[in-house]
Amino acid sequence: MTTQTKNIQEPVKGYLDMELLRFSTAGSVDDGKSTLIGRLLYDSKSIFEDQIQAIEESSKRRGDENVNLALLTDGLRAEREQGITIDVAYRYFATPKRKFIIADTPGHIQYTRNMVTGASTSNLSLILVDARKGLIEQTSRHTFISALLGIPHIVFCINKMDLVDYSEEVFEKIKADLEAFASKLNVKDIRFIPISALHGDNVVNKSENMPWYQGETLLYLLENIHIGSDQNHIDCRFPVQYVIRPQSTEYHDYRGYAGRIAGGVFKPGDEVVVLPSGFSSKIKSIDTYDGPLDEAFAPMSVTLTLEDDIDISRGDMIVRPNNQPEISQDIDLMVCWLNEKPMHLGGKYAVKHTTNDVRCIIKDVKYKVNINNLHRIEDDKTVNMNDIARITMRTTKPLFYDRYERNRNTGSLIIIDEATNETVGAGMIVE
Amino acid sequence: MKSYTLNHLKELEAESIYVLREVAAQFERPALLFSGGKDSIVVAHLARKAFWPAKIPFPLVHIDTGHNFPETIEFRDRFINDLGAQLIVGSVQKSIDEGKVVEEKGYNASRNALQTVTLLDTIEEYQFDAAIGGARRDEEKARAKERFFSHRDEFGQWDPKNQRPELWNLFNGRKHMGEHFRVFPISNWTEMDIWQYILHEKIDIPSLYLAHEREVFVRNGVIMAVTDFIKKRDDEEVMVKKVRFRTIGDATCTGAVESDADTLEKIIEEVAAARETERGTRADDKRSEAAMEDRKKQGYF
Repeated sequence: MTTQTKNIQEPVKGYLDMELLRFSTAGSVDDGKSTLIGRLLYDSKSIFEDQIQAIEESSKRRGDENVNLALLTDGLRAEREQGITIDVAYRYFATPKRKFIIADTPGHIQYTRNMVTGASTSNLSLILVDARKGLIEQTSRHTFISALLGIPHIVFCINKMDLVDYSEEVFEKIKADLEAFASKLNVKDIRFIPISALHGDNVVNKSENMPWYQGETLLYLLENIHIGSDQNHIDCRFPVQYVIRPQSTEYHDYRGYAGRIAGGVFKPGDEVVVLPSGFSSKIKSIDTYDGPLDEAFAPMSVTLTLEDDIDISRGDMIVRPNNQPEISQDIDLMVCWLNEKPMHLGGKYAVKHTTNDVRCIIKDVKYKVNINNLHRIEDDKTVNMNDIARITMRTTKPLFYDRYERNRNTGSLIIIDEATNETVGAGMIVE
Repeated sequence: MKSYTLNHLKELEAESIYVLREVAAQFERPALLFSGGKDSIVVAHLARKAFWPAKIPFPLVHIDTGHNFPETIEFRDRFINDLGAQLIVGSVQKSIDEGKVVEEKGYNASRNALQTVTLLDTIEEYQFDAAIGGARRDEEKARAKERFFSHRDEFGQWDPKNQRPELWNLFNGRKHMGEHFRVFPISNWTEMDIWQYILHEKIDIPSLYLAHEREVFVRNGVIMAVTDFIKKRDDEEVMVKKVRFRTIGDATCTGAVESDADTLEKIIEEVAAARETERGTRADDKRSEAAMEDRKKQGYF
């Protein structure tokens, strides 16, 4: 691997202008994912000498021919012993333009739950396609999960172009197949890049082997893709997380509602309604330790104070009177099951949604999805680990929610087994 | 249309504040583990922001090996006094005196591993149900797989293969009696983010982080400070060097680096150019490839 140092993080100057991009990758052992991540980390100078030295030593011990970059991410003893990635691993690198968080997940079907976990907080999904194989089941699976989890941008890297003579024809054929498949899904932004992770073509530097490709390199795209619209800045949603009451002489009557803005833009003077009570008031101030703000938007953590003294507690939601969320106890959702114990139809579970804790009964399984071909399975209603299903539930209290595709913060929930306390399901609200 | 975006430090700050408030809301008796190192200083600073204008609604806990640089303790007392927070000290010396642990012997003796027992005892004594720590995922590969809310069983153990999936910003802190959580609000920060934030927020840090002249000797390629707590071999030569510490832990296992960086700006330049991770100077990680994973399973930070 050649050393490139042109993307060294600029130390002090300009760092406050850096944005944060979270992306997820999924792939199996030999599609070149580790090589690609290794190259991004190495070329951006995010791998250190003691890390390289440590994996060189263990590669040698294991009898690997080359330095095995997968050892960088496979941190657990069991993973190294079995040569597999079990869990989501988070990796970090930065260029002068952006800081990146990679959620690196294994690509096998039995790890769907890890892919879903990694995808849940991502702005972008990076999907590797082997140029020799084209669109295979695993590609469909990754694409479907990325779309299901509402990732705004999907980047297909057609990898191993060196093994197909850097052929434009091969690239265009795969691109057409992927476009046809993705048209069945709801994806906002799709890109295609022909690369060779091994040789570095179109990863950081433009490939000289593919003059026919006029598009961006992967790193340029990651640095420049517009992510400013990924959050919902239209529907004002403020789930109250914690009530701040200092009870000091200086702030004797202070009552602040702390939380993270889940959507929209809030300003002092805005008229608001508090759910579920329905009481209305006005925003008096938006407070932070660094001083009051003129406006606040997702994903900021702030403290709101209101003009009127009304009873508000954790789990309530502050919204605008003319734009309110759905309020219902009957929820229709897509669920990814995460636990070895299958979902119990008619069973009771605990649910976490925004800052709200409720209980639910699973009322119905409408269908399961075959995630390799998107076909609906209607005759088998057993929802096992890694299954994705459309279900309905009834909750003990009404939820204040938006459709997941409109707002990932107010449209998502987790299902918890009340006996074991484990998180057993991830839900995306359809209506 | 106006663009509503946050820079990366603001976004990380918002995430960490959210996690800290979630701890206060979901647990009855949380505590913040405070070592006096830069990461726990940043966590304490974020906690001050999260609950302002109220005080931090939980105590700060220092697990004290007794093998501290005097600068660390001085700094700790001043910093916590400024915060107006409560300090609880768990003493490794006390665990040794009570016969709960046996001190390591020999030249590489360290109390680092003994901390685990004192930590778990302190958690039990005060019945803490959540211990907030300053670990970051970029520090070490076993930590790269750590959750924000990390479940510990009644023995304080971590089961890395059976962690709860953590999706979106929905943190599941439910537990049975006797179990507790470790919570890591700055999971997504890197060493560079920490330094940039300390500079930007003008956060006070112990002087040990800045380059200074000190009596040192070299062992296994690591520069160690001369202190009363570490047994020096006769063939180990003492010299005076200009050094600084990249991490501040127990004095027996924290190595220094030669450096001229005596300001935060210079540290940031040094970190940007560094070719070794900050844990490269930690003798405790060099014991085996899975040293951190093994210690974490038993209940280490």
